[in-house]
Amino acid sequence: MGSGHGTELNLTLKVWRQKNTKASGSFETHQLTGISTDMSFLEMFDVLNEKLIHEGKEAIAFDHDCREGICGMCSMYINGRPHGPKNGVTTCQLHMRSFKNGDTIVVEPWRSAAFPVIKDLAVDRGAFDRIIASGGYVSVNTGNARDANNILIPKDAADEAFGAAACIGCGACVAACKNGSAMLFVSAKVSQLALLPQGQVERKARVLKMVAAMDEEGFGNCTNTGACEAECPKGISLENIARMNRELTSAALTYTK
Amino acid sequence: MSKLDSKIPEGTIDQKWSKYRSTVHLVNPANKRSLEVLVVGSGLAGASAAASLAEMGYKVKVFCFQDSPRRAHSIAAQGGINAAKNYQNDGDSTYRLFYDTIKGGDYRAREANVHRLAEVSSSIIDQCVAQGVPLAREYGGLLSNRSFGGTQVQRTFYAAGQTGQQLLLGAYSALQRQVGMGAVELCARHEMLDVVTIDGITRGIIARNLITGEMEKHFGHAVLLCTGGYGNVFYLSTNAMGSNVTAAWKAHKKGAFFANPCYTQIHPTCIPVSGDHQSKLTLMSESLRNDGRIWVPKKKDDTRKATDIPEEERDYYLERRYPAFGNLVPRDVASRAAKERCDAGYGVGNSKMAVYLDFAFNTARYGKTEATKLNIHNPSQEDIMRLGKEVVKEKYGNLFDMYQQITGENPYEVPMRIYPAVHYTMGGLWVDYNLMTTVKGLYALGEANFSDHGANRLGASALMQGLADGYFVIPYTLGVYLSAEVTRMSAEKDNADSIDKLKTNHPAFETALKEQTELINKFLNINGTKSVESFHKRLGLIIWNKCGMARNKEGLTEAISEIQALRKEFWSDVRVLGSADEFNPDLEKAGRVADFIELGELMCKDALHREESCGGHFREEHQTEEGEAKRDDVNFAYVAAWEYKGVSEWELNKEELKYENIKIAQRSYK
Amino acid sequence: MSTGFLKTSVGKKVLMGLTGLFLVSFLVVHVSLNATIFMMDGGQTFNSGADFMAHNPVIRIVEIVLFAGLIIHILQALTLTLANKKARPVAYAKIDGAANSSWYSRSMGILGSLLLLFLVTHLSHFWIDTKIAVFKHQEHNTYLEMKEVFSHWYVVLIYLVGVIALCYHLLHGFQSAFQSLGLNHKKYTPLIKKVGVWFSIIVCLLFAAMPVCMFLNIVQ
Repeated sequence: MGSGHGTELNLTLKVWRQKNTKASGSFETHQLTGISTDMSFLEMFDVLNEKLIHEGKEAIAFDHDCREGICGMCSMYINGRPHGPKNGVTTCQLHMRSFKNGDTIVVEPWRSAAFPVIKDLAVDRGAFDRIIASGGYVSVNTGNARDANNILIPKDAADEAFGAAACIGCGACVAACKNGSAMLFVSAKVSQLALLPQGQVERKARVLKMVAAMDEEGFGNCTNTGACEAECPKGISLENIARMNRELTSAALTYTK
Repeated sequence: MSKLDSKIPEGTIDQKWSKYRSTVHLVNPANKRSLEVLVVGSGLAGASAAASLAEMGYKVKVFCFQDSPRRAHSIAAQGGINAAKNYQNDGDSTYRLFYDTIKGGDYRAREANVHRLAEVSSSIIDQCVAQGVPLAREYGGLLSNRSFGGTQVQRTFYAAGQTGQQLLLGAYSALQRQVGMGAVELCARHEMLDVVTIDGITRGIIARNLITGEMEKHFGHAVLLCTGGYGNVFYLSTNAMGSNVTAAWKAHKKGAFFANPCYTQIHPTCIPVSGDHQSKLTLMSESLRNDGRIWVPKKKDDTRKATDIPEEERDYYLERRYPAFGNLVPRDVASRAAKERCDAGYGVGNSKMAVYLDFAFNTARYGKTEATKLNIHNPSQEDIMRLGKEVVKEKYGNLFDMYQQITGENPYEVPMRIYPAVHYTMGGLWVDYNLMTTVKGLYALGEANFSDHGANRLGASALMQGLADGYFVIPYTLGVYLSAEVTRMSAEKDNADSIDKLKTNHPAFETALKEQTELINKFLNINGTKSVESFHKRLGLIIWNKCGMARNKEGLTEAISEIQALRKEFWSDVRVLGSADEFNPDLEKAGRVADFIELGELMCKDALHREESCGGHFREEHQTEEGEAKRDDVNFAYVAAWEYKGVSEWELNKEELKYENIKIAQRSYK
Repeated sequence: MSTGFLKTSVGKKVLMGLTGLFLVSFLVVHVSLNATIFMMDGGQTFNSGADFMAHNPVIRIVEIVLFAGLIIHILQALTLTLANKKARPVAYAKIDGAANSSWYSRSMGILGSLLLLFLVTHLSHFWIDTKIAVFKHQEHNTYLEMKEVFSHWYVVLIYLVGVIALCYHLLHGFQSAFQSLGLNHKKYTPLIKKVGVWFSIIVCLLFAAMPVCMFLNIVQ
């Protein structure tokens, strides 16, 4: 089998190991040989883990699930960048053809006070769920909807809302931001619903609640470096953050309750 | 007397649901507050059910093994969701969706369930749009549709190539709203390890906190399994790495019958395997078949580049064999046709296990239309292709990018190489019309049950079914059972040792907890030599080769004994490191693979017993002269529901399928 | 506006942006006044401008507001920096910042601190003397004082470093302030960004020109 394009690499891997949330971690170095360039980055980790188990050592814990760039679970900080050296992809979509023979690759977990390390490279991103729970929805109970075509939505508004809604909640924005800010994530949801007619009723309350929830989780503050946008695997735009700033300011100025 | 009572309501097909819905017992709001429902799994079915039930007032707990409910694998569905809206004025109707689904399922699905599905399909779109799901729109602001395999109308709603993601995030936000209001308790990174039953009635579950390793007891008046399919039994599939059968399998061992396990869907358009390191396969949405033409060279072992092969030397085999449906034949048909060409030596790529999916023809067509729109007369071929590529990019950009990421080839320039891969499982826990399994109080929703797709699922129908079950079926049918629970509770209210007072202090919970703890320790104490992963790979290979796209008696018999041997080897030689009281992904996987091995055996057993070909189940002994599937409606028009009797022992129960509204016929897409 | 707003992360940004833009507007006045030395009139225009700035009651009130704005900008920056440090208690071992952002956007704190140091030097050179003169009701020839101060090469060097810091601070700060205030639009943001770049370069060149030209005796 095999498409046969692949060549093989020898690599040095420096991986963060941390027993649990409370433990302090450190780097562990591994040598890997014969890594096919057709492999995905995570398949390279599979190979390493098989090797470790064979040697009687515990496998490296890392988060992953769909392995096609949509579930948002994979989360490795590779050579100083979330999801590694390629733009617009998640860790699972990164392939070894992006590396050269002899490379040293440093792999760390997302580092943020709001994302405590669970073990090795896996972190807890429950903060994102709590932010959505604070207001990232339209309050419509099942069965209350009118015919879908009764709501006319201009194509460009629908497309723009979709662009924001494409966020996979991986947390690369937080990982990339030198301040550990979650503004890109939060603003994507705020934007999606602010752009659509369905979101208008709760527009002001929503942004106030979501920003308050974000602040409570211990994320840092945005200084507009734009690192989040550059590293976002789904290309979520900084415009969303500007929109959220606008939405929050206007809500704070006018919302009464 | 059959042990299976499907509880299909009386009445004509188009009135069954509406009448049933308005006459079943209800639970009053005050009583709902004291009823606890456990929802396992947070995909489309789980999230929509949990949100809807919490809105109604039930106390709900949601469990998912991922770090967030938003990661459930429904998120990866690309193409779209069907609904009989007839927005395109092309002749669609509830009946036609019903008919297409029954026919697409090769006449192996239950009529009443499928009709209900078609009836509620419209409400799903309404509900999702109201939640702010950004489905694709036309310039006039109305919803857009595309067509999918197995149908001749345009009824598929979509959000670029990320429909599942958008629908799931809609359901997830509804769920999180209930979490925020305290109506749902969320248990992420928890895995259900067992169902707790008392006197044959479901009373709760045992779950493991995957971070701390703590074993937990959870009480519930009803348990809903929304845990998806078992495609990962093949090791390589388009499922997520964590997708597993454990919850359904444990339920099966506690008395829930497992129906039609051999009905598995092999999706025709996936990116081919690139090597032994392959950990999963990636789907290219069926929607691509709208605009891509599938072909192989007419010459065997043709080593020329695709672009160097002239038009007349290409075999558009789907268009040749099925002129009426062409590239849009159902998935099972398209997959087998690809396998047939590759087995016959016409495959492409280095592995020769691939066919071409070519967009050049439609790119040019789009380019010409665009040129006309832009008033460019006599456009050059270059202009046409450039303009066409822009249109294709707008429609399928993310899929093309994904293809390029994985293969390193640019699909705008060269045709995609595709090959079938395991994608969906039609089989699952047997459920009645209320979606209740054969264990009282235990329900199965979405892909986890067997009910609506027969032997083959049509594209864009999985999202429809998951959301139908969660939003519009279970909120009604759960009340049928829980209203009786209310009566029982009030009768037992002075009883000091009633389950409602004891809850998880009931000895049954303690026993179940102990059993599962022992099982975990057993994995850790085997101290063998082979990794969990290696067993999974070997299992997958057996099943793919002998219970995959084509099956025969000899292969299946071999497979069963090979799997039995593999099971023995697993339990004596698997190596699971680390400890039970920590985050230990390898230990989690050990449990899942152990269950897959047992399921694999049942799959082969089911495939062996079904002496016919239907939908995704193709027995080489049963085919027409043209190589099409040959059903046996006289002997096999039933649901095979297997009852667990012990290791390698099952008893077959049959639910006869009665077709009162659709004339059962040989499926033809020619 | 409730005080709650200013406690939110967005409110803090907005305040940084507002004070920043206010300080930018001051730069316009300052640099315009500075530019009058190039009228080559022996500092006449410049001195009368400086005199006006020192005595006009409105300007003196604005001056207080200006200091308030500056102090808020600095204090807010300190609070934010400390909070941001807390948001990432364990640092990355390897960071490839250049891959996703400009170095100066990531160094606003350092650039701002440099600016603050420079400002202290600058104020001690001119502003304090002027204030003392105003207080004593004396004539004060700022132009001559400048000629004296800028006759030392090390002072000129300090000023150049200060101006370069200002330039980079503005390169990020100008457009960033608009983003913080939510003033972002597909049509206008590219324009704002361009204006920001040109503004930073022109203003800083003009600021730099003064000490350099005086040191080289180009301005007589």
